[in-house]
Amino acid sequence: MLHAPALQVALPLAAAPLCLLIRHARFAWAFATLVSWGVLAIAVLLVRRVFAEGTVSYALGDWVAPLGIEYRIDMAGALMLLVIAAIGALVMPYARASVEHELREDSIGLFYTCYLLCLTGLLGIVVTGDTFNLFVFLEISSLSSYVLISQGCSRRSLTAAYQYLVMGTIGATFILIGIGLLYMMTGTLNMADLSQRLPAVTDTRTIRVAFAFVTVGVSLKLALFPLHLWLPNAYTFAPSAVSAFIAATATKVGIYVLLRFFFTLFGVSFSFEAMHVGDILVVLAAMAMLVASLVAVFQDNIKRMLAYSSVAQIGYIVLGISLATTAGVGAGMLHLLNHALIKAALFLAVGCIFLRLGSVKIQDIRGIAKRMPLTMAAFVAGGLSLIGVPLTTGFVSKWYLADAALMDGRWPLAVLILFSSLLAVAYVWRVVEAAYLQPAAERVLALKEAPAAMLVPTWLLIAANLYFGIDASLTSGLARRGAEALLGAGGP
Amino acid sequence: MTPEVTVLASIGLPLGATALIAAFHRQPNLRESVTLATALGLFLLNLSLLGPVLEGQRPGVLVVETLPGLSIAFEVEPLGMLFALVASGLWMVNSLYSIGYMRANREHHQTRYYVCFAVALASTMGVAFAGNLLTLFVFYEALTLSTYPLVTHRGSPAAVRAGRTYLGVLLGTSIGLLLFAILWTWGLAGTLNFAPGGILADTASDPVLGVLLFVYMFGIGKAALMPVHRWLPAAMIAPTPVSALLHAVAVVKAGVFTAVKVIVYVFGADLLSNLQGSSWLIYVAGASVILASLVALRADNLKRRLAYSTVSQLAFIVMAAAVLVPLSLIGAVLHIAAHALGKITLFFAAGSIYTASHKTEVSQLAGIGRRMPWTMAAFTVGALSMVGIPLTAGFVSKWYMLLGAIEAQQLVAIAVIILSTLLNAAYFLPIVYTAFFDAPQSAGEQGVQTGHGEAPLPVVAALTLTALGTVALFFVPELPLALAQQMVGAAP
Repeated sequence: MLHAPALQVALPLAAAPLCLLIRHARFAWAFATLVSWGVLAIAVLLVRRVFAEGTVSYALGDWVAPLGIEYRIDMAGALMLLVIAAIGALVMPYARASVEHELREDSIGLFYTCYLLCLTGLLGIVVTGDTFNLFVFLEISSLSSYVLISQGCSRRSLTAAYQYLVMGTIGATFILIGIGLLYMMTGTLNMADLSQRLPAVTDTRTIRVAFAFVTVGVSLKLALFPLHLWLPNAYTFAPSAVSAFIAATATKVGIYVLLRFFFTLFGVSFSFEAMHVGDILVVLAAMAMLVASLVAVFQDNIKRMLAYSSVAQIGYIVLGISLATTAGVGAGMLHLLNHALIKAALFLAVGCIFLRLGSVKIQDIRGIAKRMPLTMAAFVAGGLSLIGVPLTTGFVSKWYLADAALMDGRWPLAVLILFSSLLAVAYVWRVVEAAYLQPAAERVLALKEAPAAMLVPTWLLIAANLYFGIDASLTSGLARRGAEALLGAGGP
Repeated sequence: MTPEVTVLASIGLPLGATALIAAFHRQPNLRESVTLATALGLFLLNLSLLGPVLEGQRPGVLVVETLPGLSIAFEVEPLGMLFALVASGLWMVNSLYSIGYMRANREHHQTRYYVCFAVALASTMGVAFAGNLLTLFVFYEALTLSTYPLVTHRGSPAAVRAGRTYLGVLLGTSIGLLLFAILWTWGLAGTLNFAPGGILADTASDPVLGVLLFVYMFGIGKAALMPVHRWLPAAMIAPTPVSALLHAVAVVKAGVFTAVKVIVYVFGADLLSNLQGSSWLIYVAGASVILASLVALRADNLKRRLAYSTVSQLAFIVMAAAVLVPLSLIGAVLHIAAHALGKITLFFAAGSIYTASHKTEVSQLAGIGRRMPWTMAAFTVGALSMVGIPLTAGFVSKWYMLLGAIEAQQLVAIAVIILSTLLNAAYFLPIVYTAFFDAPQSAGEQGVQTGHGEAPLPVVAALTLTALGTVALFFVPELPLALAQQMVGAAP
């Protein structure tokens, strides 16, 4: 599989228009599912290759780097590929019932087209070694996700998508300006070349401005507090399957882009010593953890609650990155992976509720645990992982994050991490109390358990949460090696 | 079976039993037989460990390495052995009592009740046999979560509120403080394994260790040191067998057990006695003893009075451990067993009174001893043990504590022991007096039955057994004494 890096992107890209041609809802779904599992298989192959051979470099169309586009996958990229492809593949079996329930029959073909395009964009961002190519893939994933979000069954889906469109476009423009300035100063768009030529010109105002543009632009994409305003609406009003997919992958890829720019392109010494970006990030991350968690406690809509929780969890990840140590970045990447597992599972569970009940408001789900015990048990397990109860992935990442903060001698951050977990107890438990301890309404009593096709992916993710919570050697090893790849590349 | 397998079986047996209990939810007799058989089996398993432990063996099992250097591992040492024996022994009696109580009061959701009980006991075994702080923390949290459905068993708004307090305080202290302290210890010592003589020697300056001790002692919310005791009175809304076994034995003893373990096996008595300013713990615990007794004095609700008495007795154990001389440590360990037997008897009696007559307040108990002679006789034995009068177990442990305090010349501790004896007498003996010697109330209050006799046979049998145990421990304290001496011998 010499061409695996190209296939990783080309397969879903070529499949997307075919999906539109198929049109028929069931066939389109079956085709897209097949493609998403194929994508996962390629990702697994690639990851194994990176494990065995180290960084994989691939010249697209045999045009060598400065002229052509280089695809480049190191350990950090391999980790991301695995997350995106696995979530993308797991969401698909779930999507059929959920999407047929929430979308009009004739737009389902379009839905899977956009889904595959979004997958293409996200994977492309990770494999590419070219900054402009990265921008293109970013746009592919963003534009398709605007469409995906607008397909939600509420009219507010449209405004949510529009809001995201405006914010996302501003972010993309900022990134493009930043890349343009970098090109102006170095004459290259290839990441490896950039990282070699940049040190000579870092002490110029242009590069500093480029750094600022890129940082703000990417922060918008990854919904770093206070640039997260598009996120709650987008997650709340998107179709259930899309909420799960985007929450687990899109913002994570944003974080990956941030890591690439900070560590691979600009380098640790410029980003964190000359520009002091760590000091800014740590404040924003801390605010995200506190403010977004607090806001989540007061939400009545469970999807919106989870959305604010995502903003807080992005804070955790960025907090790890802001430490700029191997331990810190490793902890951040570990939480990136773990949070993808946690949030996808939770959004899928909420999607099951929505399928049956048609609402995800806390006051509407009273007593639902009696009728949908498996769904609610999955939600509780995911919630415990979100809180960070031992033997779940959430505990492992919080342990590493707090440990990294303590190693750096910054114990207030460790305290903050633990305190923010307590806020998670508060918002998760509001749902638990309503579902388990309140008397059920007539409407709830008439419900059935969600279909197996939706429960199985949800529980697979929960099982992954528990497995990687008990034996974290694989995930923490991946994250550590990813961090080493990033910091090693940025070092002297 | 090798001792190592027995350790795993002690945790696996109650967990496995949950499946059977749930399977037999339509056949209550079969279901309760499973519980009784499991309790008996667990006790026998623990007994079979006793021999090897007394011979000086320390059976240990490594289950899984969660993170590099951190594992889920078990090791049986004398203190844990005693705790496991007490908890599993009393679970047998308590199951007998539960059957009488739950059926006589026609409680709902009995299957859930017995399942959660078994999970709670499995967690208790995990706490008792934990080989390192991480394992201890895992099962400590599992114990909190598995007892939550028992506390909110009634499902009423008051129960939900109490559940919030319960979970809020216990998770708040454990995640916010205890986990932080564990992380800190990990950072300082590089290990979390319990070791005789402690692991923190020469790792940090005295003030730092002093702060760490502070974080530990208030982080162990289950030890209910004031002001983190609020969850315990709140938990009294649970059915009485829960209050009896879990909130007088398993959960609270898990707290003081953890506190003693931290003092003996993490800090080490030597390190602490040389630590400047570690005597604050004696004062704080002493104040907790007195204040809780004062609250108990004023409480009219019988279970609330018992709860505050528990808070006071727990602080007593912590104070004795903080005196740090071997004699007082032995006293602390003995008191774990002595208080367990005495307090479970008192709770059994309170539940028996409620079952027979629906009386919950102390002021309603005039003359009840004539109608319920067995119950009130057992109550008297329990009360005498709380006060520490000879012929009951409470005397033995208090004797050792007093000797220890005199040896260490801790005047404050001596004063607290004497004062608390008086206060205990002041709030327990009037109940005994009024039950036997006051004339019964003439007019029946609303909801209160006057023409009642004794509670059902299983209830009476259970409370008679524990009362006999309380007396027996006075005459044959050899076994707990031997285990306590081993623990102290291992940590001179």
